[in-house]
Amino acid sequence: MNDLQLPFRIVIGLEVHVQLATQTKLFCRCSTLFGQPPNTQVCPVCLGLPGALPVLNQSAIGLAARVGSALHCELASFTKWDRKNYFYPDLPKGYQTSQYDLPICMGGYLEIPSSPDPSQGTAPSVLKRIRLVRAHLEEDAGKSMHDERSRTADTRIDLNRAGTPLLEIVTEPDLSSAAEAKEFLSELRLMMVYLGVTDGNMQEGSLRADANVNLHFQRGPETLATPIVEIKNLNSFRAVERAIHFEVDRQQREFLRTGLVKGKAPKQTRGWDEALGQTELQREKEEEADYRYFPCPDLVPVVLSQQQKDTAERESLDAPARYRDLLIATHHLKDSDTEILVQQGRTTVAYFLSMVNAGAAAKRACSWMLQDVLRYLNDRNRTILDYPVAAQTLASLLSAIESGRIDTSQAKQALTQLLEHPDWTVDAAIDSLGIVRVESDAMEALCIELLAENPDVIEKVRAGNTKAVAALVGQAKKRNRNADPRVIQEICLRKISEL
Amino acid sequence: MFDQRFSIDGARHLLAQGEISSRELVSFFTERTERWNPGLRAYVWQDSQSALDAANVCDEQRASGHALPPLHGIPIAIKDILCTRSGPTTCGSKMLEQFVSPYDAHVVERLHAAGAILIGKTNLDEFAMGGSTESSVFGPSHNPWDLSRTCGGSSGGSAASVAAALAPAAIGTDTGGSIRQPAAFCGVCGIKPTYGRVSRYGLVAYGSSLDVAGVFAHTATDMSIVLQAIAGHDPRDSTSLTAPVPSYSEALRAPPKPIRIGIVREHLDSPGLDPELRDALLQAIEVYRSMGATIVEVPLPHSQYCIPTYYIIAPCEASSNLARYDGAHFGFRAPSRRSSGVSTDTPLDAMYQSTRTQGFGEEVKRRILLGTYALSAGYYDAYYVKALRVRRLIRQDYDAAFASVDVLLGPTTPTPAFRLGEKLNDPLQMYLEDLFTVGANLAGIPAVSIPVGQSKAGLPLGMQLQAPALHEGTLLAVAQAYQTETGYSPSIPSAYAATDA
Repeated sequence: MNDLQLPFRIVIGLEVHVQLATQTKLFCRCSTLFGQPPNTQVCPVCLGLPGALPVLNQSAIGLAARVGSALHCELASFTKWDRKNYFYPDLPKGYQTSQYDLPICMGGYLEIPSSPDPSQGTAPSVLKRIRLVRAHLEEDAGKSMHDERSRTADTRIDLNRAGTPLLEIVTEPDLSSAAEAKEFLSELRLMMVYLGVTDGNMQEGSLRADANVNLHFQRGPETLATPIVEIKNLNSFRAVERAIHFEVDRQQREFLRTGLVKGKAPKQTRGWDEALGQTELQREKEEEADYRYFPCPDLVPVVLSQQQKDTAERESLDAPARYRDLLIATHHLKDSDTEILVQQGRTTVAYFLSMVNAGAAAKRACSWMLQDVLRYLNDRNRTILDYPVAAQTLASLLSAIESGRIDTSQAKQALTQLLEHPDWTVDAAIDSLGIVRVESDAMEALCIELLAENPDVIEKVRAGNTKAVAALVGQAKKRNRNADPRVIQEICLRKISEL
Repeated sequence: MFDQRFSIDGARHLLAQGEISSRELVSFFTERTERWNPGLRAYVWQDSQSALDAANVCDEQRASGHALPPLHGIPIAIKDILCTRSGPTTCGSKMLEQFVSPYDAHVVERLHAAGAILIGKTNLDEFAMGGSTESSVFGPSHNPWDLSRTCGGSSGGSAASVAAALAPAAIGTDTGGSIRQPAAFCGVCGIKPTYGRVSRYGLVAYGSSLDVAGVFAHTATDMSIVLQAIAGHDPRDSTSLTAPVPSYSEALRAPPKPIRIGIVREHLDSPGLDPELRDALLQAIEVYRSMGATIVEVPLPHSQYCIPTYYIIAPCEASSNLARYDGAHFGFRAPSRRSSGVSTDTPLDAMYQSTRTQGFGEEVKRRILLGTYALSAGYYDAYYVKALRVRRLIRQDYDAAFASVDVLLGPTTPTPAFRLGEKLNDPLQMYLEDLFTVGANLAGIPAVSIPVGQSKAGLPLGMQLQAPALHEGTLLAVAQAYQTETGYSPSIPSAYAATDA
């Protein structure tokens, strides 16, 4: 068989760095707030000044354990800190405090919707389990800013970020497409945000990924693996997808040109250039860099108690899966609607659930959420926490539709009023529209009157054109502006059938 | 004649009686320092004016009749490896020659809180690596008993400052013997507390799992007063011990109980042990025996492995601890030059290389290389991991010994002070200086060195006492019992004994 037609599999493993949402850094009490002036959130400890010593921020342990529990990892009872030694200007101590052989989380997995694979005939709704190798805590480095404008090409260092807690989550090479890698990251981010362990803000670097990619060509019984390439610093879902696509094409071309397989060519580290849309060689290494890991003598090992593990287990329940189950199984929402709500985040789902608890019908509540609430928020780039109308208020508005007191278009007008006057009650909003509740007797009388005046409509309906009653709605509205179109149509049809 | 002002206890008495003011006490020492320091190089930095200003404040406070803290108005010297906001913190290295710390070490804070006046910062081996202060960028300190000899190291300047009465007490640090060996060489008392008893916050790290700050003084009483001030838990040091600090003065006042003293036969019979020193120790043993002590021979079967174990662990930690001195953020940076021409060299690599090549001295570079090598892939298990295992065995040896004795008695060093330059080109000989002292660091236990006489040539001889973890009180009491029984009076070399300016 010609090599050009060799089938191949894509093999991807991810290393994801999640910035944990602690108030202070991992080993000192400096703030982790993003976007402050350079080098203002620093102290002797995170500057690595002579004589300074680290002290563990225990809340990072709690957050890491919560993640580990949600990802079905084994939580270590005994974990310790190791120094990873290397020189770089954004690493002021000359070593990074990390976890080497006893990480806080071992194993585990995350399930993602499997990407449809025609050759396997996989249905899109099937979940694929992506296994994890481990997750460990470490401190972030500072930021190097290369000043390209200056003629000397100065590099400026901002150490505000140095010492921020990171959880590094390492997957097995279980991902088999760029789409899956993106799906994994997206699901992982969603979970982290639900668990409240990170703000998940990718523009601010709260979630960063490196991807290890290679191809497995199948030549008869023989599997030929291309050299593994590590793509660094993928800071958006789009970058992950594009970089892997690019890399798969590049490796395929490279393999067909050179035939080089893993072990015959050095492992490469490549950087993703978003602007150029390509990966570029950063370094090639024949062997792993020697970081001379050894236990940090300045820190004591961490012992995770059963109580801490139980707490982590309890806190880990607030993951997206729980809400998907609840919306689909208990409230019978459609999968696609559920997904839209769940993707909005836990507070949005909570808003929906509050509406239902306040008596709104789940389906109507869902459709109002999707069509009105989310549109309002998206248009204004706001979150549900900023939505002016309380869930209970919106719920009682929907109940007014349910009971026939107002129709949908009136309800929408009332909602507009409520959005402008958040302190109003639903009754006040309805009243402001001049809507008064019309007694059903009055409606019956109106319909009898209209039918008597419009015998042609009766004829048309009898001939099978039930929609002809719509002509009466406009007339009804003219005589009584509070007439509910749905009610008018119902009564008229009933009267015709009774005639 | 030993002037009362030379000791903390004496000076406290004079201050309390109003016979002397703090200002007079401080100027007494600064004048002595002006006179003698040029020949001794005990201090590498001094600010007499600040010390006098602080003394004036102390005198005003005393006059106002308030209750005063234990070291009120008393000058104390500090090894220049403890961070101080006043003056530089050089660690005896070109790398930090201009470095000023933005914060005070815990020990310094505690001394300030106890009312002490920082009178100067003392010389040391570069980053505390050495046993003679000869690796200091400022040049060596000289032994007040014989200027041609070393005052020991690495806390040599602190030992010399107390020995020549340029300060009543000094703070040192001890990683493998750096307090006890200079104390022995200079004829003063030195205590290395239990690891973690004194916070390492602001102590510039050499071997983090071994480093501890301690005290030089003339008597057990003086050591106890200063140790009381600096010991105790500090949340900024994760390895700081939380056990409450007992009253050391009470430990000294307690009536002497019959004590059990352990001796290690191999140490006393060691062929490298100076015969005069051996005789002095045997006499000291007899003193204790006459006081009712039981003398028990105990084995420390792994003590022969102390030196190799120490010289793996300490350099491994040092190689990482000293990585931060790279010229990027603070301290010395070599003037920029073109890269070495090696194709993989970036300008950054070149900066690192020249900064560290020029900024560190030979001994520091030697230990960084040793540690880097021992931590490298493929060697880590054979060196570092094995050294940790041996360290555990050494600890167990001490545990077993202390099951049957209260303290261990032996030599602090194999010989009295050697000549400057004598071991400079023989690092191995220099490392063997630590033979009897590193065990306490590896085991994390407290130890003191106290004077036990002089050689015929007039050089001080030192005796080491070691006790179980947190038994500083026992050590001080046993040391004091010897000094009381022998009618010990601290002596100052005659050249420095004159008290008239």
